[in-house]
Amino acid sequence: MKILYFAWLRSKLGISEEDVTLPGHVTTLYQLIDWLKSRNPAFEEIFQDLSVIRVAIDQEYVTEDIPLGNAREVAFFPPVTGG
Amino acid sequence: MVIVQREKFDTGAEFNRLTEGRTDIGAVVTFTGLVRDFNDGSNVTSLTLEHYPGMTEKELEKIEAAARERWALTECLIIHRFGKMDLGEPIVLVITASAHRGDAFAAAEFLMDWLKTKAPFWKLEANSEGENDWVKERESDHDAAKRWQ
Repeated sequence: MKILYFAWLRSKLGISEEDVTLPGHVTTLYQLIDWLKSRNPAFEEIFQDLSVIRVAIDQEYVTEDIPLGNAREVAFFPPVTGG
Repeated sequence: MVIVQREKFDTGAEFNRLTEGRTDIGAVVTFTGLVRDFNDGSNVTSLTLEHYPGMTEKELEKIEAAARERWALTECLIIHRFGKMDLGEPIVLVITASAHRGDAFAAAEFLMDWLKTKAPFWKLEANSEGENDWVKERESDHDAAKRWQ
């Protein structure tokens, strides 16, 4: 699965994307976030306050904990500020 | 039509392209967003826009489809830039064309309000102190978008 990070999440982590193989017990979005946090303090820090993070699974906004199913791409980013 | 590009655009040229040879359009509204030199009290010296290639286009296309469902538009164009921009440069263009002005005005405002809160773009401002800050979302943008729900 591909994980993408944008804006300050990307600059704080120093990476824009990574390919991960999920452990068997990670089957939902929140489990994915917990697993990402468990790997490294930098991830723990960016996911500290989920109210400032937006999530898209396969390029569609997601606002609750849902099963990841066969998702290919999960993106994490701040609230958008275009226009 | 939705276009996401790094290059500058010319509002006048886009207007001409959209209306050339058309006799069914009675009203055109254009909105152009520019890079201004201040934000939240600091002096902005340039702006860099990051976006999510793929999702950006999808979200903008959804926003255009929503506008076309609500209003009778004969044409609709959204151009949004990414990358580094200097002060005064255009960032975003919305053009709506309709038989009558009411639909064109309302749809243009709707498109900008929804784009501001849905399209995955992020602004990084450089200021005169040499700092780079990610722009924070504005509550007023969310209030504006809610008017259309």
